[in-house]
Amino acid sequence: MYDKLWLIPFFPLLGCIINGLLGKRFIKNEKVIGAIGTGAVFLSFLVSCKYFIQLLGDSVKSHENIVASWISVGNLQVDWGFLLDPLSALMLMVVCGVGSLIHLYSIGYMHGEEGFYRYFSYLNLFVFSMLMLVLGNNALVMFVGWEGVGLCSYLLIGYYIEKQSAGDAAKKAFVMNRVGDFGFLLGLFIIFWTLGSKHGVWTINFVEISENAHLMSGDMMLGAGVTTVATLCFFLGATGKSAQLPLYTWLPDAMEGPTPVSALIHAATMVTAGVYMIGRMNVLFAMSPTTMFVVAMVGALTAIFAATIGFAQNDIKRVLAYSTVSQLGFMFIAMGVGAFTAGIFHLMTHAFFKACLFLGSGSVIHAMHHALHHAHLDDDAQDMRNMGGLRKKMPVTWATFGISCLAISGLPFFSGFFSKDEILWWAFASTRGSMLVWGIAVIAAFMTAFYMFRCLYMTFYGEQRTNPKAKDHIHESPWLITLPLVVLAFLATVGGLIGIPHVLGNLLGHIPNKLEHFLAPVFEHSQKLHQIEAHGSAATEFGLMGFSVVVALAGIVLATIMYIRNPELPGRFTAKFSQLHRAVFNKWYVDEAYDALFVNSTKNLGIFCWKGFDVKVVDGIVNGVAKLVGALAATLRHTQTGLFQNYALTMVLGTVVMLAIFILN
Amino acid sequence: MNDHLLSLMTFFPLVGMLIILFLPREADRLIKTVTLIVTIIVFIISLPLAFDDVFINSSAMHYTEFANWISIGQYFQMNYNVGVDGISLWLVLLTTFIMPIAILSTWHAIDKNTKGFMALALLLETGMLGAFISLDLFLFYIFWELMLVPMYFMIGIWGGKNRVYAAVKFFIFTAVGSLLMLVAIIYVYYFSVEAGVPFENGFSVAHFAQLDIPAHLQTWLFAAFALSFAIKVPMFPVHTWLPDAHTEAPTAGSVILAAILLKMGTYGYVRFAIPLFPVATMQFTPFLAFLAVVGIIYGALVAMMQDDVKKLVAYSSVSHLGFVMLGVFAMNLQGLSGGMLQMINHGISTGALFLIVGFIYERRHTRLIVDFGGLSKVMPVFAVIFMIVTFSSIGLPGTNGFVGEFLILVGAFESELRIFAVFATTGVILAAVYMLWMFQRVMMGKVTNPKNEKLKDMSAREVAIMMPLLIFIFWIGVYPNTFLDKMNPALENMIKQVKDKQHIAMMVEDMDQTVTQATVND
Repeated sequence: MYDKLWLIPFFPLLGCIINGLLGKRFIKNEKVIGAIGTGAVFLSFLVSCKYFIQLLGDSVKSHENIVASWISVGNLQVDWGFLLDPLSALMLMVVCGVGSLIHLYSIGYMHGEEGFYRYFSYLNLFVFSMLMLVLGNNALVMFVGWEGVGLCSYLLIGYYIEKQSAGDAAKKAFVMNRVGDFGFLLGLFIIFWTLGSKHGVWTINFVEISENAHLMSGDMMLGAGVTTVATLCFFLGATGKSAQLPLYTWLPDAMEGPTPVSALIHAATMVTAGVYMIGRMNVLFAMSPTTMFVVAMVGALTAIFAATIGFAQNDIKRVLAYSTVSQLGFMFIAMGVGAFTAGIFHLMTHAFFKACLFLGSGSVIHAMHHALHHAHLDDDAQDMRNMGGLRKKMPVTWATFGISCLAISGLPFFSGFFSKDEILWWAFASTRGSMLVWGIAVIAAFMTAFYMFRCLYMTFYGEQRTNPKAKDHIHESPWLITLPLVVLAFLATVGGLIGIPHVLGNLLGHIPNKLEHFLAPVFEHSQKLHQIEAHGSAATEFGLMGFSVVVALAGIVLATIMYIRNPELPGRFTAKFSQLHRAVFNKWYVDEAYDALFVNSTKNLGIFCWKGFDVKVVDGIVNGVAKLVGALAATLRHTQTGLFQNYALTMVLGTVVMLAIFILN
Repeated sequence: MNDHLLSLMTFFPLVGMLIILFLPREADRLIKTVTLIVTIIVFIISLPLAFDDVFINSSAMHYTEFANWISIGQYFQMNYNVGVDGISLWLVLLTTFIMPIAILSTWHAIDKNTKGFMALALLLETGMLGAFISLDLFLFYIFWELMLVPMYFMIGIWGGKNRVYAAVKFFIFTAVGSLLMLVAIIYVYYFSVEAGVPFENGFSVAHFAQLDIPAHLQTWLFAAFALSFAIKVPMFPVHTWLPDAHTEAPTAGSVILAAILLKMGTYGYVRFAIPLFPVATMQFTPFLAFLAVVGIIYGALVAMMQDDVKKLVAYSSVSHLGFVMLGVFAMNLQGLSGGMLQMINHGISTGALFLIVGFIYERRHTRLIVDFGGLSKVMPVFAVIFMIVTFSSIGLPGTNGFVGEFLILVGAFESELRIFAVFATTGVILAAVYMLWMFQRVMMGKVTNPKNEKLKDMSAREVAIMMPLLIFIFWIGVYPNTFLDKMNPALENMIKQVKDKQHIAMMVEDMDQTVTQATVND
């Protein structure tokens, strides 16, 4: 029944190989390359749909498909195996669905690029890796995808090979992710070793880990529970992949890649891998309240911290990047307070509206770039200060961007409203929640509404600040670009309806929370076991809901006042608080601090090891001994005079001595 | 034919050497072709080993040959005693596999005194194969020394500017180590004779492993072996000959050195030092594991700061072989099989990296990172291959490097060396740093140096050299069981024997203590 799961990652891999090997020399035609790339992902989408529907009607909610043995050494048995359960099924739909749209969009966006085939090959490889990550039935196959998406991220951030900044950003992304991967591996070792050596269950299979996790409840390590240490290690992995404090700085830089890449990898799918991973291992995480608290706090702090930086950025993609970091923070809040469903829910809605926002920004950048190029100007096509008033020129882009802004701000009945509200409610009312987390989250929500509308206004409203020479060359993008925008905007609007909270559903007439029901087989067990639940009266819930709507509206109103009504206000504000503004504008100097703390010190250590220890100490000793021997030899050399008489004398003396010894004996 | 497969394989290169010695000095291309054909024939001779399923089920030695060779009265007996088991199997095949590739890489790189070079290369092949199949310690020693001389000349004659310094350094480091080992070998032999092992057995490793050598003697003997092997690996801090040797050696020399000669050290631990002196192994494990982990981090840090690509790759070897040593001393199946697999992986990936450095050196006659930049644009095929090899070296899942490192780390984590495993894992971060930084500076960015603008992309010959290596990078990455299945039985057996002996030694020690205490109490 579920034995063709492997087809899902197979198609993109095939697409990657075909375009990668044949694209440049043989296929050449952009349309064919694009069709192969997009078609591959779309095929995966179709297969995913089939299995999704099949799973809906199936009473058993967890199915494995073992393809082959991978590593088999003693008690370590790892398979190339896949797991389909509601969680991975939902992720498949998001990854393949949004992935298909972004591939389609890319055909238009990347038109005329020199490395068109290369781009599609990488993008397919990314989807393959992401599907491995999602479908893996054990931690190691997940890790293949985990590092694979990192590789593709590296390749695609550095896509514009000749740009120094792109190369730097790519490297930074990969290395920071590796710091996280270090944690992932350690977590894996701890679980494998503990379950195996203490309880005789040698496994890294997710289902088996979940079933046996309770065995580890009493095990200790480093003065804490084993599960706490292991999940903290895993969480370190998540902070790398999902750009959370302290490993978030690579994501804004990753905007060096083509915009559809930012939409697919750095907004909709890859960066949510950390959230997905916690969802996959929710049984382990639920066992450790300490880790859960850390997850929630890191999420909350990241949410608010990234939002502050989003205030002062002028590059449209950077605003969206910090917004992504911030929204991912919300997802981690959800995971941390035990609202697993809400976290995955927000992951999904975020994929819709953030992909739409990124693609929208891409549409704008595309148009700007085109116009500026036409007018032979080298103004920055991504700087919102060069935009403004684009609403009339690009109506479809504007409308879809606007809808997504409403969704991310959490205006009622848009998708973001349901998912964000669910998170806030759990943060407030969950047994693992706290007022602190909730408070921070609410402030972050307010800030989100503000800076997203700032972005919307600066781009599409007000007077057009584009150089007059280029002004008239700005046009709406072709259908290949706008069609995905419309579809995503539609999803961003209605996507939330699958997760209507009970209080609201009851009010509107017994509408069930379909998502919660669907994901229950994955999360319910650990939530029940550890009494993780949100409790509170319906009145409280409604009150909070109303409050968060007011908060969102306040953010929007503030943005409207500052950027529509009194456009001179922001300038006055930054003049008054110039130092604060500079700090925010420079991203709180975190990059500089990291450079000083880690990068430079590592380099200095490397220099020291090399020039200090290797050359001076080790080789110094070796060469010193060599010199000593040389000197000794130089002294002894004097005996080798080359005079026959000297040698003869020595021989005679030697013989005499030997004879003497012989006789005396 | 199977009866003498190993001998045929090992000594066929000598036949080739003889042929070459009779060829005219000027017939450059002919000499290279003959050498290539000889190494390919050797590879074909060795191929049945790869397909022989006997290794999956049996931990014993196979393809064994035995003959009395040198005997001096009743005092000294040395036998021609060879065989292959799961531990040496893949190293033998790695050797026969790498040699044609190395020879092919010399096509344009070696043009002075080709005859001498090729003769030495073939002599070297005999030395390496002989060392891997020797089951007699003295025979092993002879082959071990036999490898030293050709490599010394390869560096000293065909090397770069500093070749003499590098060659002498290589020779002295290795010679010092091997002399100590020789003393230890002879000591063990006389110990065995005194212990009543019939002297006809000669220096048979299998018999030596049965001896009950007292712990304090083991310490000294192990130390002598360990130092010799540590220099060869090379382990921190006796690694400094390696960067010099690699930088100065011609490409083919570097490839052979990295891919095979370094494995002699790690192989030596697995085959000789540990099984012969299990109790001493136990004492030295924390120390050697510590050095291994220092090597991983230290090698990576120094590699990061190199401005010469070849030196960078050389230091990365220090780091990679640190992983191998950690796996070996984890003394469990995962660690050891990871270590063994990583030896093969390092041979493939680092061999490939040295070839890559050779390709650009042939084009630009420089290896300095600053002289490059933006090559991706000029050499797209080269860029793809370089990228794959780079990520294999970094240990990306799906490539060979990952499987080896993962097994080593899992193994180390399960053993007493847990804390070392944690530190070693930071190596995965550092590997990404030094490799990607180098890759960026060489391959990405704009072409700044006009000399790089017209570089030719890889030729068909160069692609043909790399292709087999690329195939194994993915093969081992995706289906390592082909290799693991055949090495595991032998490793399991070895671990069991070593552990048993360690166990007994510990029990004896406990008993001694009890007895002593009882005596005191009385």
